[in-house]
Order: sequence, then C-alpha cells, then structure tokens
Amino acid sequence: MGTGDAGFEEPLVELRRQIEELERYPDGAGRGRELGRLRTRLRRETEEVFRHLTPWQTALVARHADRPFTLDYVQALMGDWVEIHGDRAYGDDPAIVAGLADFRGRPVVVVGHQKGRSTKERIRRNFGQPRPEGYRKALRAMRLAERFRLPVLSFVDTPGAYPGIDAEERGQAEAIARNLLEMSLLRVPVVVTITGEGGSGGALAIGIGNRVLMLEHAVYSVISPEGCAAILWKDQGRKEEAAAAMRITAPDLLRLGVVDAIVPEPPGGAHADPQEAAARVGEAISKALRELVRLDPERLVAERRKRFRTLGSFLES
Amino acid sequence: MAWFRKAKTPKAVRGLPARSPVPEGLWVRCEECREVLFARELERSLRVCPKCGHHFRLDAPERIRLLLDEAGARELFASVRPTDPLRFRDTRPYADRLHAYQEAVGVPDAVQVLEGTLAGIPVVLAVMDYRFMGGSMGSVVGEKITRAAEHAAEKHRPLVVVSASGGARMQEGILSLMQMAKISGALARLRERRVPYLSVLTDPTTGGVTASFAMLGDLNIAEPGALIGFAGPRVIEQTIRQSLPEGFQRSEFLLEHGFLDLVVPRPELKETLARCLRLLSAA
Ligand SMILES: [Zn+2]
Repeated sequence: MGTGDAGFEEPLVELRRQIEELERYPDGAGRGRELGRLRTRLRRETEEVFRHLTPWQTALVARHADRPFTLDYVQALMGDWVEIHGDRAYGDDPAIVAGLADFRGRPVVVVGHQKGRSTKERIRRNFGQPRPEGYRKALRAMRLAERFRLPVLSFVDTPGAYPGIDAEERGQAEAIARNLLEMSLLRVPVVVTITGEGGSGGALAIGIGNRVLMLEHAVYSVISPEGCAAILWKDQGRKEEAAAAMRITAPDLLRLGVVDAIVPEPPGGAHADPQEAAARVGEAISKALRELVRLDPERLVAERRKRFRTLGSFLES
Repeated sequence: MAWFRKAKTPKAVRGLPARSPVPEGLWVRCEECREVLFARELERSLRVCPKCGHHFRLDAPERIRLLLDEAGARELFASVRPTDPLRFRDTRPYADRLHAYQEAVGVPDAVQVLEGTLAGIPVVLAVMDYRFMGGSMGSVVGEKITRAAEHAAEKHRPLVVVSASGGARMQEGILSLMQMAKISGALARLRERRVPYLSVLTDPTTGGVTASFAMLGDLNIAEPGALIGFAGPRVIEQTIRQSLPEGFQRSEFLLEHGFLDLVVPRPELKETLARCLRLLSAA
C-alpha cells in the first residue's frame, strides 16, 4: 500500500523501525527500559489508530499486501493439503485456489481467492481477480465436497471478478450466476470467511454460506469505493465519501445482517501478526462448523436460503 | 440536425396549420441506421426499425402489452416500495432521487410483476424497467423477483423474467449485492419444483442482473443486438486499455459463445416463449 494513502499507519511504521533498530544494539544500560517504553507506546498508538480507522482506511488495511491470503490460512490452520486444479472445461485459474485438507481432525474442502505477494506472483494470480474458469473450479470443488459429504470452507478476498475480454467471452456472468444457484442447493455446511476485500459479485460467487464470518478490518461492498465515486460523484477522488456512504465495514455489515460474526484482528491488523490472525479465524470457523455439522442436509439448504432470503430493506404499504 | 429537418417535411406537416411546429416525437431517428421514422409506424412495428431491424428499448408497460394476453392479467406485489436503508447521499440524497424517478416514470421502482396468460398459457411475468434508475437492482427489485419465483413455484406456473438493467443499485450498498443471492435461492426452489423459468435478456442487461437470474434461465433468450455482459464496456476498455471489437457483448456474440439458447426478433418473441413453455410443461 502506498504511503500517501496509508498515512495513518506512518507513525506506527516509524515506531516499529525504532524498536527494530534498538533490538540490534547490545544489551546495555537503559536499553531494556527504552525498548519497553517504545513497545508500550507502539501498542497504545496502534490501538488508537485502528480504533479510529475511517471506512476508506479500513479498505486500505483490507488490501494490505502483507495481509494473510487464503493459502496462508491453509498453511496455518490445515494439514494434509491437496490443492486441486482446473475446471475440466477450459483451464486452471490461479486467482482461485481449491483443495482438500484436514481441519482440526475433519476433512474439508477449501475454496478461496488468492492474491500474490511478489510482483511476479501478483501478476500470475491476476491480483486476485478470477476468470470464469476460477469460479467453475470452485464449483467443481464444492460439488466434490457434497458428493463426499465434506464441509466447504470458503475464503473471500478479491477486488472483483476480472473485467476483461476473455472473461466475458467465457461467460463471467454465467459462471458467477451458476455458483449462486448451485451454492443455494449444496447439501453440506458452507462457512464463508471474508478475510480481505469482498469485491462485489466476484466475492459473492463463493460467498453463499450457512455462516458468513468477517475479519474486523475486512470490507465487503457492491462496488469499490473508487468505482462508486467515479460513477455517482463523477470523481474517483471522492472515494473516502463513497466508502463511508456504502457501509462497507464489518460492524455495518453485521448490523445489516450480511455477516454473522466479526473475527477480531490482532493489534495493528492481521498483517501485523498473521499467525495470531489465523488462529482467531480458525477458532471462529471451528465454532461455526460445530453448530453446522449437526444439521441434516435439508436443514442446511433451507437455513442457508432463509439466511439470504431476509436480506434487503423495503416498505410495504 | 439539418438532415432531420429535411427528412420530416413532406408528410408530417400535412393537415397542420402552416406555422404550427411539428409536434415533438412525431418523428424518430433510428439510433442504428440513422433513418428517420414516423413514430406511429415504429409503434406498429413493435419499436423495431423497419429499415434495419434495430430493436428500440421497451419500457415495462410496452413489454407487458407485447407479452401478456389482454384479459385477466393482474399485477402482484405492487405495494412493495423502496426505502433508503443506508441514508445514502452522493451528490444528491438517494431518497430525493427515488422520489424524482417515481414522479417522472410513474412507478415505485424498476420492476413490475404480473400474473396472467401468455398466448393462453398461465405465467408469472416479471419485467424490468430501464427508465427507473437504469433498471438498477436494489431491495425492491430483489424482493419482487424473489416473490415472483416463489409464487411461480407455489402455483406451478412458469416464470418469465424480462431483464433490462445496468446492474446493482449502489445507493443500497451491499444490500443490492445480496439481492443476487436472494433471487438465486428462489430460483433454486423453482428448479426443485420443476417449474420452467425463461429468462429474456433485452438491451441492456449487465452487472449483477446478468451475473444472477438473467443467466439462470432453463432457457436464456435474448432480443437481437442487446448489450449483455458482466462488466460494462467502458470498465473493460479502461482495464485492458484498448477498444473493444465490433459486436462484443451483443446478443449474437453471446449466442456464438454458448451463453444464450436463442436470439429472437421481437415480433416472434411471444410465440417463441409460448412454444417453449408448451414443450417444457407437456409432461
Ligand atoms: Zn434502423
């Protein structure tokens, strides 16, 4: 994330730099005391900064390059990972990963958006923007889960489905639509965790869950703040206003009933302590799964549909 | 404009006092072939250009007249009205915008649902109206199409949905996105009950509407030349920084790529829908 946009994090970055520098010094008079003082200050200022994030700043945290991605959660939380590839029709989309894994003694199917960290990897993953074959791979994995009665764990983190010529040619809209329908029919538990950016239809396409969890500093929206500002304000620069107006943060979405629970992030955000973030995500998923595995398939389908049936706001005269 | 004036002189002015200006709307210029057409003639041809076959957009009442038999149609869920759940404000409050559209278009939101017969076959018909905020899908569109699907499932009547939409209604934020999930859930029910669902895609159908119910018909049927896609052409051009090929995202392009069953000219649309419904409901 660029320093210009992420100015709110600058004092923290500076403090962390000072601490790291001091840690390299040999033990000596006052060093321990100074380190303690800096760490306390870092903790306090971090809490302060993250307590007062604006919606736009939250979006920047959600997009942070060091934030854990789907494969980081898989690595931290699961064993026996077997990644599966391809949609059996066109190709394999690196912007979506899918696979089998063991989660706390239970076999599960994982699907999730995948971003890259290095420049090369980011390009290979298309910045986490799937093409139709990605959604179709996810659907194939979910059907596999249903056939073998395995819960589905979905991790959402995408700026959106890729808007390109090839994606349109291969039916981006159809791929997303198909997933919405098929996920409404799945006879196994589905737990969705929005870990970073929940970018519109491209996020929802793997987002139809019995439970939808959301990390504290993740965002979920119908269009990016920049896109919304460009269309409604005719000015991309009004992204802060657009971010606030659209209600994209976890507390807002909890209030609107779009998510069921917020997973608190470690101080300074998930990127400040990915291990701790993953542990908390693991706990939340585990809790949701314990409730869901007891339900029979009909009930799972009915409750998932009911969950989304009630969303929306209108008057009836 | 000089061209327009020249073309309209001969017949239109006949019978009118010499100084009287020609009433607005008596002549229409075809958006496609630029031919100047007599408005009444265009109405008679179902708003299809007699010269080049271009399909002009229909509003919801026109579409309903085209598809439903005159007798016995009744509107459903007309009392569902929009609200402003986020107290959204861009350059203007959403509540004001809604009010302005309701005044101008004369309907509460961008979809109408009816129960009636189509060439004698009982159907539930939902028709989107592009005039109302670009046919954008908010909670009302989502709720009414969901109810239409539920009603169709319950009554075992085929569902026909005519789409015309620029996508989600941003002023309702995430709730507009959730309508895609809500409607898809109701369509899943329809499928379980083996009730036919025909999706009719008209110009334009993009964004969240295409990426949910419009692409989920048992049959997907489009009018010729309609813009149909996930991302809008401008967004794609900005992303790839090149201009798009001729005919990209038009009905014929989608047919060629396998995402539509049929592209049907408007004069044949009703009969084609009827034939499909008869065949699907035969068993
Ligand atoms: Zn023409």
